[in-house]
Amino acid sequence: MCLGIPGEVVELHPEQPDLAKVNVSGVRRLINIGLLADDPPRPGEWVLIHVGFALSKIDQAEAAAAMEFLEGIGQAYEDEIAALRESLIELPEGTMRFVDEFRDADKAHALAARIAALCEPGRRYKFMEVCGGHTHTIYKHGLEDYLPESITLVHGPGCPVCVIPMGRVDDAIALASRPEVIMTSFGDMMRVPGSHGSFFDAKANGTDIRMVYSPLDSLKIARQNPDRRVVFMAIGFETTAPSTAMTMRRAAVEGLGNFSVFCNHVTIIPAIKAILDSPDLRLDGFIGPGHVSTVIGCRPYEFIARDYGKPVVVAGFEPLDILQSIYMLMLQLSAGRSEIENQYSRVVPWDGNVVALRAIGETMELRPYFEWRGLGFISHSALKVRPSYESMDAELLFEVPGVRVADPKACQCGEVLKGVLKPWECKVFGTACTPETPIGTCMVSPEGACAAYYNYGRMHRTRVPEATVRPATVPEADAVSEADAVSEAAR
Amino acid sequence: MIDREQQVLDRIDRARQRAPRVREERITMSHGAGGKATQTLVEAIFLGAFRNPLLEPLEDSASLLLGGARVALTTDSYVVSPLFFPGGDIGDLAVNGTVNDLSVTGATPLYLSAGFILEEGFPVADLTRIAESMRDAAAAAGVSVVTGDTKVVQRGKADGCYINTAGVGLLTRDVSLGVARARPGDAIIVSGPVGEHGVTIMLARGELDIEADVRSDTAPLNGLVAALLDAVPDVRAMRDATRGGVATILNEIARAAQVGVLVSEEHIPVGDEVRGACELLGIDPMYVACEGRLVAVVSADSASRAVEALRAHPLGTQAAVIGRVTDEQPGIVQLKTAFGGTRIVDLLVGDPLPRIC
Repeated sequence: MCLGIPGEVVELHPEQPDLAKVNVSGVRRLINIGLLADDPPRPGEWVLIHVGFALSKIDQAEAAAAMEFLEGIGQAYEDEIAALRESLIELPEGTMRFVDEFRDADKAHALAARIAALCEPGRRYKFMEVCGGHTHTIYKHGLEDYLPESITLVHGPGCPVCVIPMGRVDDAIALASRPEVIMTSFGDMMRVPGSHGSFFDAKANGTDIRMVYSPLDSLKIARQNPDRRVVFMAIGFETTAPSTAMTMRRAAVEGLGNFSVFCNHVTIIPAIKAILDSPDLRLDGFIGPGHVSTVIGCRPYEFIARDYGKPVVVAGFEPLDILQSIYMLMLQLSAGRSEIENQYSRVVPWDGNVVALRAIGETMELRPYFEWRGLGFISHSALKVRPSYESMDAELLFEVPGVRVADPKACQCGEVLKGVLKPWECKVFGTACTPETPIGTCMVSPEGACAAYYNYGRMHRTRVPEATVRPATVPEADAVSEADAVSEAAR
Repeated sequence: MIDREQQVLDRIDRARQRAPRVREERITMSHGAGGKATQTLVEAIFLGAFRNPLLEPLEDSASLLLGGARVALTTDSYVVSPLFFPGGDIGDLAVNGTVNDLSVTGATPLYLSAGFILEEGFPVADLTRIAESMRDAAAAAGVSVVTGDTKVVQRGKADGCYINTAGVGLLTRDVSLGVARARPGDAIIVSGPVGEHGVTIMLARGELDIEADVRSDTAPLNGLVAALLDAVPDVRAMRDATRGGVATILNEIARAAQVGVLVSEEHIPVGDEVRGACELLGIDPMYVACEGRLVAVVSADSASRAVEALRAHPLGTQAAVIGRVTDEQPGIVQLKTAFGGTRIVDLLVGDPLPRIC
């Protein structure tokens, strides 16, 4: 659900032990390695980078093991062997980039053949990929083309931008509109529509909203503008929350009095539970979120296997990762097992990142409830700034209107987020709601199921997806103009 | 294929064909980014107001008949920040950009105008440096700056220095170029690695704290274009891939000629460092601006001759065929990924934004 990039540590900062220079394809940047304080990376080791922080070390042995499995997968299929030999990747020491190696089409065909062989005749399988990053990969690489018809992938709620309710966007814009405030935000939020426009629109009206790559960049802006008050629009799941937490700690250490956080961090487990308890969806298993799990580990999913009898496989973000995790799910189902397995072991430690969890715990606490776009209020599903850090809680420092805005009537983001509707079954999909004029958040982020389907999925229609659980209403031919009117009203 | 799904998709295609309309009440940065919002703005407001047959093709420059001579005319404004960056500055950009807009329509660039909007307080030393680099770029491209204008605005009303250049060139060759001429089967060629200018500018702003040895690819393309047209006189179309990158040009081809475009991800040349920076920031190099790269459409028979001619020129050593024109899915650009999947490459709405997810 969150962009995580493998990079090689080149050198540690001579004066600041929590900084290291990493190299990504010849591009270098200082990143914060404070979240790996328990076992700091050394030069030559690889780390997974998210918003300027190293989230986990990449385990070379696990990566090699994963490759070995993939190299071997085709060998039982004689007709595949020739192709595989040609595609065997030589892996001289140190040249693995942990990206391209997991994008080999021949190996994908071999995996697909194994998956198909495990399908019981007449049985239908429905798996949810919780994470928007997986949705993105599935569409971008046309993975559905590799799967037999009896397997349906349902796109889950794991897109941090998609689940932000309109009211919070309005609140953020109200905050940002105060003359003394500079709001900092990730690029992802800029186009998310509130009830009176997006951050971009607010910016055009003179509001000072600045895009940052890392939350730490907000501190730089705060230092440069001592007479202004910098508010960071914090969004994201447990993947991103530690970066916000470390930024708050740093601000406290520096005694920066003009930095605060508008906290919109959400937690993934309550959302999965809400989906499992939803009566209109029957799933056979989960492709578990990869980068969230670098922080929370694999244990929090155990209730899914134990209480709901569904298998979970935590998966990486390359196409072969996803196919392999579907294969692992199918193996579990065919053996009648429901367990938590970790396909992404090269990045995800079973126990997660304790330092990161501690940082979250020190700076933030659970909210009693939080509204999710389309899913409604979910208990204990989001984080707020802890009282001990109240001087950095924008919700206390400023008057936040806290308006609740109902989602536009025509918008069916909720059903899409729960996987009840396919994106194209939404009444406004692609006509009133497009990436340039999004009504719902699912259309804004490239991870959103609707945007992914609009951009990538429209060409993958050779394979018939299984009809979804309830018959979708097909808009009439003249619904275009009607939908237009709706979108005008929503604006 | 489910019928219901097809109905929805057909409806989307119809919606995409509708006349453009600017929905926003105010100009946002997206309107200047070269993507969908720019296209809508230009078509709804400017084409709406100025419509005439010379403007309508919306090519990089207009082709006019003046006293028996065929003349190309173009204009472009430069507001780049920072003004000086690795590989160039606003001065050579202002010359090269206009030279390129003329060149890709087949014209020989001859004369430029230069208009300067300067902010009160702007260092004279910087202005001198900019003028000198314009002089050098003009000499390299074989053009002269023959008229100009200077305005100074109050501090805060501009960002240092803005430049507008207009250019005229002679259409001496018997060629007729235009993206609407692309035909199914044609090859699509790019003259070198993409995205270098855009990434250089993003990094040169310093806000991202990323270090990389990337340089802007800003260069005059008239020599490269001449080499290509000498070898392949029947080139169908050329565009220089500036704002919006190669992806935007491909969409312009698909739309203007009502053809499909299929390109292959692994054949698009991208430098390692550009790829690395794009990965870190979560953006797609296909949408990142170039200032010295052209996209050409040639018939399938001419493709290898065209690539050879480009590669023989110092600015085209990494030229490559990246895809072809098809008769499927008119108006839509598809990308075949290295993995074997196919996806749509749509116009971006605005600038590519750094993202976390």
